[in-house]
Amino acid sequence: MNTSARHSVSVQPAEQRIRNFDEVSLGFDHATMLEEADRCLHCAAAPCRKGCPVGVDIPAFIARLKEDDLDGAVRTISLDTLLPAICGRVCPQEKQCEALCVRKAKLGGSVAIGALERYVGDYALAHPAAPAKAAENGKKVAVVGSGPSGLTCAADCAAAGFDVTVFEAFHKAGGVLVYGIPEFRLPKDKVVAKEIAKLEALGVKFRLNTVIGKTLTIDDLLDEYDAIFIGTGAGLPKFMGVPGENLNGVGSANEFLTRVNLMKAYKSDAVTPVYCGKNVAVVGAGNVAMDAARTARRMGADVTIVYRRGRDEMPARGEEIDHAEEEGIRFELLTNPVEITGENGKVSGIRCVRMQLGEPDASGRRSPVPIEGSEFEMSVDQVIVALGTSPNPLIRKSTDKIEFSRRGTIVVDEETMGTSNEKIYAGGDAVTGAATVILAMGAGRKAAAAIKAKLV
Amino acid sequence: MNTLMEIDDVAPRVKRYVVAAPEVAKHCLPGQFVIVRVDDEGERVPFTICDYDRQNGTITLLVQDVGYSTHKMGALKAGDSLHDVVGPLGNATDLSGYENVVLVGGGIGCAVIYPQAKLRHAQGKPCTTIIGARTRELLFAVDEFRRESKELLVATDDGSLGVKGFVTTALQQLIDRGDKIDCVFVVGPMIMMRNVCELTRPYGIRTIVSMNSIMVDGTGMCGGCRVTVGGETKYACVDGPEFDGHLIDFSEAMNRSGFYREHEQACRLRGEKQ
Repeated sequence: MNTSARHSVSVQPAEQRIRNFDEVSLGFDHATMLEEADRCLHCAAAPCRKGCPVGVDIPAFIARLKEDDLDGAVRTISLDTLLPAICGRVCPQEKQCEALCVRKAKLGGSVAIGALERYVGDYALAHPAAPAKAAENGKKVAVVGSGPSGLTCAADCAAAGFDVTVFEAFHKAGGVLVYGIPEFRLPKDKVVAKEIAKLEALGVKFRLNTVIGKTLTIDDLLDEYDAIFIGTGAGLPKFMGVPGENLNGVGSANEFLTRVNLMKAYKSDAVTPVYCGKNVAVVGAGNVAMDAARTARRMGADVTIVYRRGRDEMPARGEEIDHAEEEGIRFELLTNPVEITGENGKVSGIRCVRMQLGEPDASGRRSPVPIEGSEFEMSVDQVIVALGTSPNPLIRKSTDKIEFSRRGTIVVDEETMGTSNEKIYAGGDAVTGAATVILAMGAGRKAAAAIKAKLV
Repeated sequence: MNTLMEIDDVAPRVKRYVVAAPEVAKHCLPGQFVIVRVDDEGERVPFTICDYDRQNGTITLLVQDVGYSTHKMGALKAGDSLHDVVGPLGNATDLSGYENVVLVGGGIGCAVIYPQAKLRHAQGKPCTTIIGARTRELLFAVDEFRRESKELLVATDDGSLGVKGFVTTALQQLIDRGDKIDCVFVVGPMIMMRNVCELTRPYGIRTIVSMNSIMVDGTGMCGGCRVTVGGETKYACVDGPEFDGHLIDFSEAMNRSGFYREHEQACRLRGEKQ
């Protein structure tokens, strides 16, 4: 049996990449891709597929890669996912498909499914095929939000012959893919802009600067469209509720990343300002926390991640945590902020308490409890809070047409993504609370299928 | 792209722009704001909608030349376009529960109270209005305010028009002469809003302020605009921009609003050189 070790992708060296915003991971070259594809055992049970939230037929596309049939691999993977170049880069593969790969423990490590998916996705972007499109069916679909769920729903609906319009609140389409995930993890021109151009080629119209619930209401859309998909994403950033949180120099990761990614504040001639300190504490350990920490690092800061649980509990992708460590980011684990201290209205330190892990809580994670008398203060001049988001009240406040949960998320039928209104569907973080690109993409796809089944 | 239909000078460094924005004009209400990007490289700058014409599909913005983007905007001519206009954002002003309202505007804040004066006048419940500025030439829309108000009081620091002093001087006069006041709605520089709140607090007069916080998206996502109201953190863009002034932590709000001032200054200098 082939017991070869998993191939790693080449990356920009850490000392170099902390001085630029270029992509860190360079992906596989052609030869390495073929060798890695060859490691797939095509086991009958295909456990990897069970690990994928949308059940991508992983062995099938890898089989095409083995034959060096790249166009075939694109066709195969496209049956299950719209955004392989994006998901190959941002999915937490080590917790999903790769976690269940039979090679994981004893056969040289899991097949590098994510890197192979990215290879296929990048090939597809470099070799755009004429979009397959059904005849126009004369029906109109409105998609609210242009993040992963909205883009997917729009693409599938357009391919099915619908007249699709996507409404975006920002001046640029892409949602979290452009304002949230940094360039060094997901290139904007090379990947995101091309995905959006593909949708435009399918005839999808984008209406930017349009906030549904404000510029137009859900009622306006109901008058004009046969179906509506709401993919407005996660909303208001959560803060800790500790003293000093409104001092200058304390902000959400959303704000920091939006200023840097969307408004390009990292460029010296940018008009939009961003404050970046010399000693930065980032609170939280999800992907957004890693993104904020590594962005601050690239802007010249010494960065410490402060997280109340342990290493095994960190929700970020394994690769991002590894990359952050390589880039010199410090981790204060089992540590929880209790106060942000300031001088002259500006943050000067963060007081923390050490934690220990107690019994597992409702989420199955062991809940941290403070160790008495362990308080200490770190001297910092910026604190970035990355503790997730709570649902945005904008749509909720402006319509009584759909049902919301007590948490403020939109209630849907999980099979169809249909809401309590028969013409309105929803998916992505607006339904689940902060989650992943792949789940959002899957929701957009389900909704598009349901819209098609109902209207054509 | 949104075409600039008309541009007028209304005071030194203050211009009035009538902007084509049909969907905003169709849905907006007094108190709401838009976010503008002047050009494709521009920052996102919030401006209160100070008037709107649903029929012609236009909104009116009063813009004071204070930073890089507002300076760039000042160079535009009628017929030119703004790259992006998004809105209406924030919640509308709701003074419907108050019979006797005093509107107070300072400087560019007058732009925010004007649509309210107009609305109340149209509803047959005109307000008493106080407007203030450092000196007479910095005041604008005086005639319009007079027309739309039950009574107009003017305050200038140097006494060049109206009472000599601040808007608080004029408001104190109203209180002293025994006017019945159910609510004061005040918009202007942070320090002015705070002083008005301190004046009305001992009289128990409800006082509403409009917070012009720093923000990026204006839809609740960045959290940059957070203000402490009654000990709770609120977001000016989605919870406001109007709040009970007696509950606002003004020293925090004033500290936060100055955070990017140095950068603005540097940017402005760069803009003027170009």
